Amino acid sequence: MAGLTPASLTADAPAPAVAAPRKNRPTSPWQEAWRRFRRHRLAVASGVVLLLLIAAVTLGPFIWPVAINEIDFAAKLQGPSWAHPLGTDDLGQDLLARLIYGGRISLAVGLAAMVVAVVVGVVVGALAGMSAGWVDAALMWLTDLFLALPLLPLLLLLMYLFRDHFKRMFGVEGGAFILIVVVIGGLRWMQVARLVRAQFLSLREKEFVEAARALGASKLRLVVGHILPNALGPVIVAGTIDVAAAIIAESTLSFLGLGFPSDIPTWGSVLRDAKDYLDIAPHWALFPGAAIFLAVITINFMGDGLRDALDPRRVL
Amino acid sequence: MNEHELRGLIGKVKAGKMSRRGFVQRMMAVGIAAPFATQLLVHSGVAMAQAKNTYKPTKRGGGGPLKVLWWQGPTLLNPHFAVGTKDQDGSRLFYEPLAAWDDEGNLSAKLAAEIPTRENGGLSADGKSVTWKLKQGVTWHDGKPFTADDAVFNWEYAKDPATASVTIGSYQDVTVEKVDQFTIVVKFAKPTPFWADAFVGTRGMLIPKHLFAEFIGAKSRDAPTNLKPVGTGPYLFREFKPGDLVTGVINPNYHQANKPYFDSIEMKGGGDAVSAARAVLQTGEFDFAWNMQVEDEILSRLEKGGKGRVQVTPGGNIEHMQLNTTDPWTEVDGERSSVKTKHPTLSDPAVRQAIALIIDNKSVEQHIYGRTGPATRDFLNNPQRYRSKDNPIDFNVDKANDILEKAGWKKGSDGIRAKDGKKLKFVYQTSINQPRQKTQAIIKQSAQKAGIDMELKSVTASVFFSSDVANPDTYTKFYCDLQMYTTTMSQPDPQLFMNQFTSWEVSTKENKWQGRNITRWRNEEYDKIFRASEGELDPVKRTAMFIKMNDMAVQNGVVIGIVQRPTVSALATKLNANISGWDNNTSDLSDWFKEA
Amino acid sequence: MSRQYIIRKILIMIPSLLGISLVLFTVLAMAPGDPFEELATNPAIPPEVRAALRAKFGLDDPVWTRYLHWLVAMIQGDWGFSFVSRMDVDKLILQRLPVTLIVIGSSQIIAILVALPVGVLAATRPYSLFDQVANTLAFVGFSLPTFFTGLLFILVFSIQLDWLPFVYRANIDATGWQFYWEHIKQSIMPVMVLGLFQGASLVRFVRSSVLDVIKLDYVTTARSKGIGERKVITKHVVRNALIPVVTLVALQLPIVFGGAIVTEQIFRVPGIGSLLISSMLSNDTPVVMAVTFVIACLVVFFNLLADIIYGWLDPRISYR
Repeated sequence: MAGLTPASLTADAPAPAVAAPRKNRPTSPWQEAWRRFRRHRLAVASGVVLLLLIAAVTLGPFIWPVAINEIDFAAKLQGPSWAHPLGTDDLGQDLLARLIYGGRISLAVGLAAMVVAVVVGVVVGALAGMSAGWVDAALMWLTDLFLALPLLPLLLLLMYLFRDHFKRMFGVEGGAFILIVVVIGGLRWMQVARLVRAQFLSLREKEFVEAARALGASKLRLVVGHILPNALGPVIVAGTIDVAAAIIAESTLSFLGLGFPSDIPTWGSVLRDAKDYLDIAPHWALFPGAAIFLAVITINFMGDGLRDALDPRRVL
Repeated sequence: MNEHELRGLIGKVKAGKMSRRGFVQRMMAVGIAAPFATQLLVHSGVAMAQAKNTYKPTKRGGGGPLKVLWWQGPTLLNPHFAVGTKDQDGSRLFYEPLAAWDDEGNLSAKLAAEIPTRENGGLSADGKSVTWKLKQGVTWHDGKPFTADDAVFNWEYAKDPATASVTIGSYQDVTVEKVDQFTIVVKFAKPTPFWADAFVGTRGMLIPKHLFAEFIGAKSRDAPTNLKPVGTGPYLFREFKPGDLVTGVINPNYHQANKPYFDSIEMKGGGDAVSAARAVLQTGEFDFAWNMQVEDEILSRLEKGGKGRVQVTPGGNIEHMQLNTTDPWTEVDGERSSVKTKHPTLSDPAVRQAIALIIDNKSVEQHIYGRTGPATRDFLNNPQRYRSKDNPIDFNVDKANDILEKAGWKKGSDGIRAKDGKKLKFVYQTSINQPRQKTQAIIKQSAQKAGIDMELKSVTASVFFSSDVANPDTYTKFYCDLQMYTTTMSQPDPQLFMNQFTSWEVSTKENKWQGRNITRWRNEEYDKIFRASEGELDPVKRTAMFIKMNDMAVQNGVVIGIVQRPTVSALATKLNANISGWDNNTSDLSDWFKEA
Repeated sequence: MSRQYIIRKILIMIPSLLGISLVLFTVLAMAPGDPFEELATNPAIPPEVRAALRAKFGLDDPVWTRYLHWLVAMIQGDWGFSFVSRMDVDKLILQRLPVTLIVIGSSQIIAILVALPVGVLAATRPYSLFDQVANTLAFVGFSLPTFFTGLLFILVFSIQLDWLPFVYRANIDATGWQFYWEHIKQSIMPVMVLGLFQGASLVRFVRSSVLDVIKLDYVTTARSKGIGERKVITKHVVRNALIPVVTLVALQLPIVFGGAIVTEQIFRVPGIGSLLISSMLSNDTPVVMAVTFVIACLVVFFNLLADIIYGWLDPRISYR
């Protein structure tokens, strides 16, 4: 193999970096990563905030037992007050209750869709990156196809084909949830796949991989133990961005009637409903916007922590 | 005021004992709007008054550019292909009909020399023909004269199925003959009380024979003039980008003196209604914005900017709820909502009555639509003389509970009423449109209080209103219990409008769900009255028939009116524009001007 | 990377695009809805008109015959005929192309020009103040949807400050400097909104991939050999970090042609995005098919280009 390119001045150095902790201490690289992650203050703080956010949306209804769809015209478009800590919307519905309820959906959709996108993307990308030849060509054809699909007609088609089945199987909200996660995740994996494949193409020729291969590591071991950890950087970034994108995409889908029924609030849909009232009742848009931002920023900082922790070359 | 009194008054006007103005005022006093009072006179052989003239400029041009905003821009400019109002509105910059409907429902002459009446011999006594005298000295934008040949050509063009015109409905059942160079006669097979359809208003815009003659039938799509209109209207065509932009410049040879006022026109498309309202009311970037489907709350706040105002023009469009008479959940011979079935719970009149009682029209008006949606329970609201007075808005959840209780619908542990194991659970669908979703929320809440569960469903408008046979979510399939949308009434005559409850119009698999009776309600008496109205030449009797039809549909709980949907526009403060609820927004464009 | 490989790849593009076009066509043909929505609610238009129009446009034919028709026409250079506008699709697209390329293209360029240096700089000083500020701005950029930021911009710059117009007009009737100035003025907001959104995620990717290589041993070695810091970064780090960036840019470029649906809608930019969405909403299949097929071609082309560039960035990459 080519070994004399400028990038390989210290040809064999990275390999021991991966293998070293394994020999010296009985900790796995993942345990090692967890140890490093805990040292990452910003990441840990973000994790705490995110947990609090999740706790708030799951336990919130017990502390703030206000109906999400109680219409009260006398109280419409009011700013924050004791009766309505986050104010009300144009039907006089309590925003705090709606955001608590919507947060569960938005966070669940965001995280689940991200997992789908990342898992599918990594699998497709890794397969393509490792196998080359016609498998690579076929998988990249599939990726190109998905990238080219026109979203709206496709979504309308999917809804038309599957909505009623899903509704029958999982109920109105459950069906919508599964469909949305599958749709968003299923339409966002291509970026991850292309990124992972590109990383793999480059990494599989690197010296430390060659070394491991020479030592007789199985292909799966090569991928999971050596190549993947080195390729995760962009994947983590893509994943954290996908969470935000999924939360917003959910509101677009619901807006198009392709997601949750219109009377079920989510962060994205509350923000969308509020937009025309931005100059009349700014609080209405402010809170869902802030909630999305908070979720996104914490998940991203955690992603950064994860990235630093998983970086095999980094000694923190 | 009954039929007899009315006839007496009309007689007085005829005999000259009462002025037309006096008659109209008497009519208005008893709730009959002026335009329809005048219509009563027309049908009874009295000449129509000249339309009021508010046009102030004393010379042509000098008004600078007119910038108007259609948040859905015109996508084509041949009026015979105009798919939606936006296309008709855009075509109307350049093309004109023989006569237009004004805001009060009066006919005003455009390319006609006069409006046909019994007195001037335009209307035959048997109701089977109309003679139009055309205005002389009118030229097309390219200088060729406008004559009776053009009018006859438009009939031939539109009625040919191969042309695939959307105006075919107005032309296929009539015959048009040229009498002389400036006279045509429209003949009907049967006595036709509503004669002002072909050549009038939205469907009457005339295209020039000399440019389209070669492109009749299957070749229609190849006509170069489809994309660069040559008409008789106030503006000459300049530029067209479908969906984005239409521009025109003043027609120096326009056939009306001192008109138009503006030197050029720019019709910009795209965007959404709220930002269009902002561009007129808040920043003044534009002079006019079309179809302000925006909550009144927002419009009122934007108006405070002082740059413009909102103008509401009544028309016949009605946002209404339909109650399925058939069973949407059982498939019979490959279709759900088949007329062979009966709705398991909605077939109980008590349930229908209860649903009417839980619809809070007043709140929907007050908190959602405001000026843009006056509450009503009727299906037929305008022209005002057709409005029934027997269907007051009755919102009363307690009464609904009471009725259901008495009819044996008992609340279960989940708070939902049931009888014989059948629960009052309904799927309530509509198209996606924010005010509609809010209306759904309001109705769902009061339904809950009456022990009725509603599952809200909203379908993208492009699917909901499509005629796609394969799709279960279209409104004509009505595969659910309740649905809500606006049905349009594009002419000030209810004949076509009221056929939505006749038995032969039932939407079924057999007619590919093209029938207009979506509720699938069938009633022999209704059918009989409708048939009679088609040939009834006595306007007073005919009016009574339409009111009766409305009452039957509403009182049987087939359909429940929610709010009227008048035409709402945003205008720059100084702009003076007459908008008609019965014609295109731009029907009176030649008369638009800015106050000094 | 051999020339043979590239030629083979280009040849594979043809069946690959055929396959994609077949799938696209099937999806569009099967998607619910038809173009005659407005006719349906108008009582004056008899239902037969709708049926006749469907028949005339061949909407009732089986999908495969429609696809063959389309394919044969496309090969002959006939892009189809819009149901809604009743004009040739290529004309419709060409009308929209210049504005799309200018507005969406410049936002893309700005996004790339800003994101690359910011990302690199942020990564060289991880968790510094600059890094934190850049990150936070990036989070704002991609956690707020463009429908929201667009409106915010309008409220601030058009309505409060009255600096910029928010209705994009392609037909500005000024000449000389005035003409350009007006065009720039009305492009600022859409370009900013889009640039922020696209640049935000790019900053994050660039930062991450630079971080991935910056601590690599050969970089440290290069540094220890006394090569200037700036040179180390540009020559070694950036080049190796570019692989993911190239991937991303290749993924984003086809979008320049497709336009930006939401942003175009908000500012009424008459680009291909707004044509696409209105065609989708009115089920004007020929237009949607033409635009998506061009996008498909661009996707395939740019991804192929990315593959080639990988080989140039890292010569060890071999395509077997």
